[in-house]
Amino acid sequence: MSREAVLSIKSIETFYGPVMAVRGVSLEVRAGEIVAILGGNGAGKTTILKTVSGALEPRKGSVTFEGRDITGRYPDSIARAGMGHVPEGRELFPLLSVRENLEMGAFSRRDRGEISASMDLVYSYFPDLKPKTKVQAAYLSGGQQQMLAIGRSLMMKPRLMLLDEPSLGLSPLLVSEIFDILDRLNKEQGTAILLVEQNAHMALKVASCGCVMEAGRVVFEGDREKLLGSADIREFYLGRKSEGARGKRRWKQRKTWR
Amino acid sequence: MTDFLQLLIVGISQGCIYGLIALGFVLIYKATEMVNFAQGEMMVVGSFIAWTFVVGMGFNFWVGLSAAMVVMAVFGFLLDAAVVRRIIGQPQFSVVILTIGIGIILRAGSGMVWGNQPLTMPTPFPGNSEFFGAVVGNERLAIIGTTVLLIGGLVLFFRCSRWGVALMASSQNQLAALYSGIPVRFVFSAVWAGAAVISTIAGTMLAPITLIEPLNSFLGIKAFAAAVIGGFHSITGAIAGGVLIGVVEAFAGAYLPGARETIGYIIMFAVLIAWPGGLFGRAHRKKV
Ligand SMILES: Nc1ncnc2c1ncn2[C@@H]1O[C@H](COP(=O)(O)OP(=O)(O)OP(=O)(O)O)[C@@H](O)[C@H]1O
Ligand SMILES: [Mg+2]
Repeated sequence: MSREAVLSIKSIETFYGPVMAVRGVSLEVRAGEIVAILGGNGAGKTTILKTVSGALEPRKGSVTFEGRDITGRYPDSIARAGMGHVPEGRELFPLLSVRENLEMGAFSRRDRGEISASMDLVYSYFPDLKPKTKVQAAYLSGGQQQMLAIGRSLMMKPRLMLLDEPSLGLSPLLVSEIFDILDRLNKEQGTAILLVEQNAHMALKVASCGCVMEAGRVVFEGDREKLLGSADIREFYLGRKSEGARGKRRWKQRKTWR
Repeated sequence: MTDFLQLLIVGISQGCIYGLIALGFVLIYKATEMVNFAQGEMMVVGSFIAWTFVVGMGFNFWVGLSAAMVVMAVFGFLLDAAVVRRIIGQPQFSVVILTIGIGIILRAGSGMVWGNQPLTMPTPFPGNSEFFGAVVGNERLAIIGTTVLLIGGLVLFFRCSRWGVALMASSQNQLAALYSGIPVRFVFSAVWAGAAVISTIAGTMLAPITLIEPLNSFLGIKAFAAAVIGGFHSITGAIAGGVLIGVVEAFAGAYLPGARETIGYIIMFAVLIAWPGGLFGRAHRKKV
């Protein structure tokens, strides 16, 4: 299991103004692997993903992607280097059609034949999107939007995908469907995945290893068996959680989504 | 009847100019959420540069116009890339002051370079045409034709080209555009370049009719009113707002001479009171 690292994060510290949201985290994702980051609200999971994909710049530490230092590079150039980011809350292009959203995912690719092959692949993973090709993204259901967000990212043929809470606001049935697809993606396309989840139960079904974050730090890490075996994790992250506060966040208004 | 038709055509052609400058406002606003109050000044500088090529250096009108478009594209691009971009993240207020400041510099600068005396520009469309008895200058008709062509081109660009769709994507969700690998900063600077080019076309087409002087930049204020009337959102809105002001102005000039210069703003306020989102402000499929 000592494959080479696709992504390696070395003791990064990321701030929002004076607030330190990530306090020295190191992490590695190896080729073809799914790694899960678990943790409660405000633990700093999203901040880590944003730091990796270049939306935030760490004050200390470094991020290396496929052997190249990408710390401080712009997000569009990191994306073009082969890293997909499916952000928290989907972040689609609301007024563009499903098809146009997917085409934008392939913006950096030129070969029309290959792009349309990728489009077919996305529709084969997410057949629900097929009849919606010409529909504006804003008019999709939450689940379809999540599929489109993942599909758009697939369109750039990423070698590493960052996924931020893909289960957010979805029905249990849909959640397991999405995780099945992530698993297939990982096996069939060989895409490495860094997965942020609060739903530890689902995450640990697909991830081979992971870590638990609290207040900006990694407090526990190990492979799936070790994580599943830990009493703390069973108690705090695998027990049933109340859905109240999280359900609400899904409806957070974005000004472009009128 | 012939008077009516004549005023209508003159009004529409003047309105197309307002509409084209308004388009610059709308494109920049849609993409970057900034209002470029230097739009009118960019038009003036563009037409001065075209004058330099055509009158000063003796090039053919179209060669001169194209050269001025290239110069202004570079200027608009660099203005964003080197100056305006630095202010991203600052309050809206600073953006307003910055672009107003740029406008003042451009106006003063063009006065220093080209003088404050009006300059004349030859037209490539001499003569008049007659429609049902109404006699209209060909240069007026050329403005309308150019506007129609430009709008058609822009609509095609937004519908069919990868970069056009990428521009809409960047304006709808900047972070998602970045995550998709779209070079958003380049796209935004290109929008500034496009807005500068469109105003250059407007200013240069108008130049044979009105002469060129730094004061022409006041057209930018009317174009701003046109953009507001159109809802600040769509190509159609900008042009429709411009044409509305142009036509009403033409008729006011004939029948209510005192109101000619203010009527555009009166319409703007009336529209804002009746439809706060502008005439085209609501429920549009694609906005840009
Ligand atoms: N834009 C911001 N400005 C200031 N502080 C922020 C900002 N975004 C997040 N934070 C703070 O940084 C910390 C980490 O936030 P982050 O979004 O990374 O948490 P998270 O683990 O993704 O939580 P969740 O599961 O709720 O999404 C939190 O304490 C949060 O309050
Ligand atoms: Mg989060």
